[in-house]
Amino acid sequence: MPAEGGTTDDHLVIADRTFASRLIIGTGKFSSGEAMRDALDASGTEMVTVALRRVDLDATGGPDILTFLDRDRCLLLPNTSGAMNAEEAVRLARLARAMELPTWIKLEVTPDPRYLLPDPVETLKAAETLVSEGFTVLPYINADPVLAKRLEEAGCATVMPLGAWIGSNLGVRTRDAIRIIVEQATIPVVVDAGLGAPSHAAEAMELGVDAVLVNTAIAVARDPAGMAAAFAGAVRAGREAFRAGLAPARSDAEASSPLTGFLDPMAPVG
Amino acid sequence: MNFSDELRAAPVREAAAFALGATDADVSRALSRAAGDRDLWDFAALLSPAASARIEELARASRRLTERRFGNTVHMYAPLYLSNECLTTCTYCGFAKGLDIARKTLSIAEAVREAQVLRERGFRHLLLLTGEHQKITGVEYLEQALRALGRVIPQLSIEVQVWAEDEYRRLVAAGCDGVVVYQETYDPDAYADYHLAGKKRDYTWRLDALDRAGRAGARRLGVGALLGLHDPWREDAIATALHARALTKRFWRSEISVSAPRIRPSASGYTPRAIVSDRDLAQLVCALRLFLPDAGIVMSSREAASFRDALVPLGITHTSAGSHTEPGGYTHPGEAEGQFEVNDTRTPAEVSQALAARGFDVVWKDWDATMHATDAAAPASV
Repeated sequence: MPAEGGTTDDHLVIADRTFASRLIIGTGKFSSGEAMRDALDASGTEMVTVALRRVDLDATGGPDILTFLDRDRCLLLPNTSGAMNAEEAVRLARLARAMELPTWIKLEVTPDPRYLLPDPVETLKAAETLVSEGFTVLPYINADPVLAKRLEEAGCATVMPLGAWIGSNLGVRTRDAIRIIVEQATIPVVVDAGLGAPSHAAEAMELGVDAVLVNTAIAVARDPAGMAAAFAGAVRAGREAFRAGLAPARSDAEASSPLTGFLDPMAPVG
Repeated sequence: MNFSDELRAAPVREAAAFALGATDADVSRALSRAAGDRDLWDFAALLSPAASARIEELARASRRLTERRFGNTVHMYAPLYLSNECLTTCTYCGFAKGLDIARKTLSIAEAVREAQVLRERGFRHLLLLTGEHQKITGVEYLEQALRALGRVIPQLSIEVQVWAEDEYRRLVAAGCDGVVVYQETYDPDAYADYHLAGKKRDYTWRLDALDRAGRAGARRLGVGALLGLHDPWREDAIATALHARALTKRFWRSEISVSAPRIRPSASGYTPRAIVSDRDLAQLVCALRLFLPDAGIVMSSREAASFRDALVPLGITHTSAGSHTEPGGYTHPGEAEGQFEVNDTRTPAEVSQALAARGFDVVWKDWDATMHATDAAAPASV
């Protein structure tokens, strides 16, 4: 929501937690743990999502992505990627809790391993279970306004509609549906997936979404840290533009002389 | 409908012949199409001698697709040979029945010790392999091995003899995440020449094994042909690509991967019928990626170290390291006979460093059987 009354504070609030950064970053696809860490530093992000399937769940040590994350600065958001149904997603969330990871869960139920599109039926089922078990649930969904409302009613902390499918870098292809989701939402809306360039992130923020999540576009850039900083700037710019109130776009020229001048009694006739 | 029905109707020989005569314009057309729109003829054009002259273009296009889909990462796995006992006579294989080699089948306890060694080296994904012996390494043995190893390693795949759908279902329930079946050769005549005895003689039963495994719920399905067994090798490459695409459509929940192994020297003394050069293999990796943008492409340590490292950016997503092909080889190297000679003998740490130097991060763990909603390997606390 836009801040009111001229306050300069414009923080993102999800559940009971406040974030100064509106850029959330995913941790897959980086060329090294060091490259990932540098990108996270450059982005100023305060929330980072990690695939639970890539973490040693029995905590017996070994090569592990968690060693590269500064958990004092960033909230670690475990995600359930790889889960094919509600049962598996719930299982993963419980494992994360058993490992004393945060009880915030980015809920991903993606039975199709190619486009990684979310299953709406299983996502809603899993969300209901996880909310009832006390998790803070951030579900990844297709840009479906009705599903977004259903998840809000189920007690989710955000909804995370996709801009385009994961890894596609196509931008905000779901723009019109995201507009409706933003218009109707009483919880933060985060555009997740498909943002391939800082301009895409700015476009999403200008639509009034509360935050964006980016992974591939940063991870596979020639200079991931430079790209992370560029996304951070674009997210800020898009947010400020939204708060400042964008002038409506116009495609036609305005008529130069009035069409209704004849209604003015003082106007000379002829 | 199984893949054997589709393959019978597919113009594999015609496409391979088309490849030999493909023009520069055919290659340009194949390159210009979107990945999802490329058809069998485009794949053949990408495999053609005409495309070989433009391998740098192929490699760049392949790299772009791979990077977008998989990022700068490579998944690492290790083969774990459980047994070299075999009742099948494959005339090219070092485990074939009748060869006078040191035979060995690991006990479950021995297999667990091997897995523990591999875990210490960093591995979190093992491919379990056996020869084809219905009694010694039957479904019960594999179930036991899967359940025991699942307590040590979070992701297990199998490359063993083929099974019926119900048997695959049992293996999936015991914790088998992926099933790899090399058809060896997709040419029915060549297949008959090589497989002289044993259950493996049944070409169609093997060809449709991955359909059965897919119906049984295996999450990962791997195809491959042993390049060099059949001349012309492009026919096998084309059939392999068609197999992967057919499985992708039918089993939309499963991940499909393709291997492109070249036949290696073994105790069998076999000489390949067709020679697939390094350049051919690099071209095949690119063509597979351009035809199958989301498929895993597997490169084992059959290939030489420097060649393997150079191939990775072209589209490889899965690789092995420090491999032993003899049962018990990680704890007692050399006591039993291996299936073939490993070419890249670097340690996993060395391979990982070489990949890092090329800008690739090794993904050791990408899955956890505890996620899987089966009875296997679930910790008691959940």
